[in-house]
Amino acid sequence: MSLRTPLGKARGLGAAKEGASSHWMAERLPAIALVPLMLWFVFVAIIGNLDASYADMVTFMGSPWNATLMLLTVFCAFYHGMLGLIVIIEDYVQHHTIKHILVFGLKMYAALGSVLAAVSILKLTFGG
Amino acid sequence: MVEFNLPRNSRVQEGKTHPAPAGAKNTRTFKIYRWDPDQGGNPRLDTYSVDMDNCGPMVLDALIKIKDEVDPTLTFRRSCREGICGSCSMNIDSYNTLACLKPIADIKGDVAIYPLPHLQVVKDLVPDLNHIYAQYTAIEPWLKADTPPPPAGERLQSPEDRAELDGLWECILCFCCQTSCPSYWWNSDRYLGPAILLQAARWVLDSRDEAAGERLDQLDDPFRLFRCHTIMNCTDTCPKGLNPGEAIAKLKIKMFERTG
Repeated sequence: MSLRTPLGKARGLGAAKEGASSHWMAERLPAIALVPLMLWFVFVAIIGNLDASYADMVTFMGSPWNATLMLLTVFCAFYHGMLGLIVIIEDYVQHHTIKHILVFGLKMYAALGSVLAAVSILKLTFGG
Repeated sequence: MVEFNLPRNSRVQEGKTHPAPAGAKNTRTFKIYRWDPDQGGNPRLDTYSVDMDNCGPMVLDALIKIKDEVDPTLTFRRSCREGICGSCSMNIDSYNTLACLKPIADIKGDVAIYPLPHLQVVKDLVPDLNHIYAQYTAIEPWLKADTPPPPAGERLQSPEDRAELDGLWECILCFCCQTSCPSYWWNSDRYLGPAILLQAARWVLDSRDEAAGERLDQLDDPFRLFRCHTIMNCTDTCPKGLNPGEAIAKLKIKMFERTG
């Protein structure tokens, strides 16, 4: 039980005053970028290479354009996914400590996943 | 708090049945949420058959008739009975709306009436609005200006500036939108909700107000404003036909405008 006033509860710890509007915009910009990137990814990178051999993929990824688009796809997807999942965790996980552990773990996963993907792409680009 | 099931002591049980008076030919059935803090126990759903040949057309008319003629213990808020005071907001036929503006004829089958969702219940159809009122107070909903008013006494506004407030000033604070918002259900402790954010927009967009920056500072928070996920239940349910979702979008745009 708490005898705090309703206004005290409503004001709480005050507004964060940082990160909120930039998080919101940072989630939307890669979402817009992902529309053409995913079209390229699905129709050129995946369907275009359905029966490609490893050597074909080395050639494909050897093109600076393909490598650049693939890197942008990976970074935008991981970044947008990370920001979106952080919002979902904040929505549904009320326990303060568990929430922050999950958000931290998600950031680590996004960092690991995107760098691993980037290194794999660059390995193909620079000779397989 | 995210809850996918009602707590055990909030599960609604079958309640009493009150038949229509003998001889009534044109009846409708109302199933109404009842909970009395003095009696305790679980809430129940009481069934009332109402003689529609002897009843006004709106849901509020039926509620008043039930309270007057059948069951004086039925508790609900009402005042103006014409959609301007915002007292009789409740969940009717699964929509949050004003009982005084909802025609019974619009509802198919039994008329189910519950209090506004996801609030503590004071009694029957009366929810506890203290936290929402405190959130409203927290946005300081009054004109703030350092410039003194002109000697003539009135702060003037051009017709174009005044038009910015259309769709905002009409809000009657019934909180139908507020309590229809899943994001508000989950995070009402920190998220301000559509009704309060519409009011915040009403002051940020007022050309006479000089505290827009200060107001936006207070909203610059991942929960207070940005917990809106454009679900749009607010706009869907507003009994006054307003668009809180659009008002919130305007606040987000203002927030972005000042960043660069």
